[in-house]
Amino acid sequence: MIAEGGLAALWLAAVMAVLQLVLASSAVIGGRDEMARAVRPVAIAQGLLTGLAMLCLILVFVQSDMSVLLVAENSHSLKPMMYKIAGAWGNHEGSMLLWVTILGLAGGAVAIFERRLDQRTLNATIGAQALIAMGFYAFLLFASNPFARLFPSPPDGNGLNPLLQDPGLAFHPPTLYVGYVGISVAFSFAVGALVTREVGPAFARAMRPWVLGAWIFLTIGITAGSYWAYYELGWGGWWFWDPVENASLMPWLAATALLHSVSVLATRDGLRAWTIMLAVVAFSMSMIGTFLVRSGILTSVHAFAVDPKRGAFLLALLAIYIGGALVLFAARIGTVRQGNTFALVSREGALVVNNLLLSVILGIVLIGTLYPLAAAGWGVQLSVGKPFFDKTAGPIALLLVVFMAMGPLLRWRRDEPQALLKRMTWPVAAAGAALIILVSFASDAGLMPLAALVLAAGLAVASVAALWGRNLRRTPLFTWGMVVAHLGIAVSLAGMASDSAFTKETLAVLRQGETRAVGPYLVTMTGIRPVVGPNWSAVAADLSIRRGEGAAPFILSPQSRFFASPPTTTSESAIATRLDGQLYTVLGQPDGKGGWQVRLWWKPFVTLIWLGGALIGLGGVLSFFGRIRRRKRAVYDEYEEAMA
Amino acid sequence: MRRVLLWLPLVLFAALFGLVALGLFKPADRTVRSAMVDKPLPDFALPAMLPTKPGVARSSFGGGKPRLINIFASWCVPCIAEVPELAKLKAAGVPIDGVAINDTPEAIQAFLDRNGDPYQRIGNDKTSQLQIALGSSGVPETFLIDGRGRIVRQYVSNLQPDQVEDILKTWRGMR
Amino acid sequence: MRPLLRFLRHAGPVPASAGRQASRLKPLWYDLRRGRPRHKAGVTIVLGLLATLATPALAQQAPLADVQLSDPVKEAQAKALMETIRCVECQGQAIADSNADIAANMRSLIRQRIKAGESPAQVRAWLIQRYGDYISYDPPLGSATWPLWAAPVVLLVIGIAIARSSFRRKR
Repeated sequence: MIAEGGLAALWLAAVMAVLQLVLASSAVIGGRDEMARAVRPVAIAQGLLTGLAMLCLILVFVQSDMSVLLVAENSHSLKPMMYKIAGAWGNHEGSMLLWVTILGLAGGAVAIFERRLDQRTLNATIGAQALIAMGFYAFLLFASNPFARLFPSPPDGNGLNPLLQDPGLAFHPPTLYVGYVGISVAFSFAVGALVTREVGPAFARAMRPWVLGAWIFLTIGITAGSYWAYYELGWGGWWFWDPVENASLMPWLAATALLHSVSVLATRDGLRAWTIMLAVVAFSMSMIGTFLVRSGILTSVHAFAVDPKRGAFLLALLAIYIGGALVLFAARIGTVRQGNTFALVSREGALVVNNLLLSVILGIVLIGTLYPLAAAGWGVQLSVGKPFFDKTAGPIALLLVVFMAMGPLLRWRRDEPQALLKRMTWPVAAAGAALIILVSFASDAGLMPLAALVLAAGLAVASVAALWGRNLRRTPLFTWGMVVAHLGIAVSLAGMASDSAFTKETLAVLRQGETRAVGPYLVTMTGIRPVVGPNWSAVAADLSIRRGEGAAPFILSPQSRFFASPPTTTSESAIATRLDGQLYTVLGQPDGKGGWQVRLWWKPFVTLIWLGGALIGLGGVLSFFGRIRRRKRAVYDEYEEAMA
Repeated sequence: MRRVLLWLPLVLFAALFGLVALGLFKPADRTVRSAMVDKPLPDFALPAMLPTKPGVARSSFGGGKPRLINIFASWCVPCIAEVPELAKLKAAGVPIDGVAINDTPEAIQAFLDRNGDPYQRIGNDKTSQLQIALGSSGVPETFLIDGRGRIVRQYVSNLQPDQVEDILKTWRGMR
Repeated sequence: MRPLLRFLRHAGPVPASAGRQASRLKPLWYDLRRGRPRHKAGVTIVLGLLATLATPALAQQAPLADVQLSDPVKEAQAKALMETIRCVECQGQAIADSNADIAANMRSLIRQRIKAGESPAQVRAWLIQRYGDYISYDPPLGSATWPLWAAPVVLLVIGIAIARSSFRRKR
């Protein structure tokens, strides 16, 4: 019953979306204002109905209703409750329903909360949102029904892949989807603005919180995913330039550029065409990502099931939305008056360079990801990976860091190069000091990591320098947000460079009592023992670890785990986190003579990578609330004025 | 100029779309093929796997007679499916040299006893040295070497009947 | 036990929907992946581990697969190279990150050659001679790859040209 209820809710939501589009079109294009009044309630209703559908799906998983095909394929009655719930979106159909739910709820939220944008543009936006939603409803209802029944129903399900039985699954996909959907709302705003030709500060102010919100979630989602892969995979890597990873990075890059661009549009009424184009690009990237993961055209360990039919459907949707938006852009943007232009040396100038460099990096990642596919079409097999991206995107990213340091220190409208240089003295000094220290103590670090560390030091000081000379208590929250976010980039960059340059690795076969060194630590094998868990059994090695000869030892126990259903083995790394880095231990194979292979890494400052990511997200959150506060205060001030 | 620039993104998107559509409807061959085809056989010498058969070395190729190298292992299931095809080739007079990957003499002997023995020689390639030198990426694979010691053909995965026909035709043509 | 475990790894030919006759081994994870969500670790690693962990397999492994060279400079060179060579049996992993046998054997081969005095570039070239450009994550500059390497420069130039329109024209 619940499954049928969910399906009915989904159908109703689809009908609402059609209605929404019809009403919005007649209001905007036909000028029928009485239709406009109905648009908001319909959007809200649509959001609530999809929410209901998702709730039904989760309920069906929680109850382990094996007569529903999706539950039978992906769940098991003995799974812990958290994974029963998370398993609802841990598959293709469920995750698409989650996507559509967030889309519907976001559309409803736009209808409820957006009060200051002019009616026509808002209606056009809600109409565009409905159009996007319709495509996905069609996909769900006709090609990926999550509520399909299975008859006769099996006694129990296939279970969830043990690699996914990790809190990461509960957290990583939903945050990313909120990010992707938030970008689709920004896209709807952009389309709405193009339709009504109202590309100005008002539209930018309406769009900004959505871009910011989406970007925050993408940042958190990618950071969490990176850390999950790092501790789960057992080789110490945290980014692999896998096509699906790139598919999440590309929307983030576009969203970052869009975020900065929309701020310029909101405050300075400039970069109109850039902002619209970036919104379209960001949404294209998130749709391309969705497509890549589910179509099987790229080789990746991350990909969902291979189904060319579904891939074709998504490709068609992609063509309609992106193609349509680009046609609209080319046709309309010429009639939108060009916004303000700026002096080269100014905050706006730095933001233009920021847009440019981020777009170039985005282009490089896109081309690098798709090139093997293109080459395969010509019969050439090749691989593009880390070395390519390090050599091409790396230097451009470092150049971007330089501009990131300068940007917040520049004045709006126009600034003097000499004045800028004066404000840059401390950051440059910090960079210089870092250079001297590194060259003296770590000259074998490699050119790129060295440059990255030097620039990170400069950026860190430059980010904080934006606060100097200000009354800190009266500094707006969104300025704090900018400082913290840029500082986060510096911290993350330092972590990445440190991991590249200073990681120490020891591979050894240890017998009972044998000791090997890794970095500042001495690792002794004290024993091997069996361990039993709820749905797994394992072999654990007890490693006694001390930092230097006389120090107090602690124990790390990496495991090799065997799951019964489905039969898989996973390697559980054991990690010790200290202030100056992480000790990462993995258990390998036995050698048949009493010794066991262990892999040991000492990774100095590697945690900075994800700490930096968290800071970036925090900066975004501060900015978000800072803007809301400013808006509330503006509304309050307007009210006060009106009442006076 | 500006008008061209405005329509450029659409053009680029259309190109991207075409590329991706192509990848979807004409899936590319995912097999990793050797780049050593039409190149001379590299120098190698593998010790004998079994006491009853000699090992495989470069010296036994290029004497004017074409031979087959079959990369296999006792733990490889498609290799079992392949044995009847290899037997057909052996019966037609094609000399076949086996190269066993990551294997032990006992396991190989058991495999041959169970499934049949189409090999003239069997080399012990415990650490995939020859496998890598030939550009092979898995088991089973078969390489046809001509009389001058050139690698003429590579067959990936267990031999199919039409591939057996192909080998026989080429082999007869080379003699 | 080992034959069973190896059987688990190679479970038959790829279905004909791939567009050609079954001609490649289908790893067991292929079925596991159908309808499975995105997961962050290669099931090939996992199965490789299963195959190798259940029996003492180290004795069978290539000598330098997981043993570091004594010269730290050479070991660093070997490690750096390993991280850019693709595993031919896996779904997009470097041989430095894979538990597959052939990946281990390639790691051993790389260490052996570098120990013997070859440069990383020479070893990479040797591997490319065997497997083609596919095996190197660093695509060599050539007739097939020059658009790839030219792209960043082209993008930068186009971007600068577009960005210029945002700046005030000097009188």
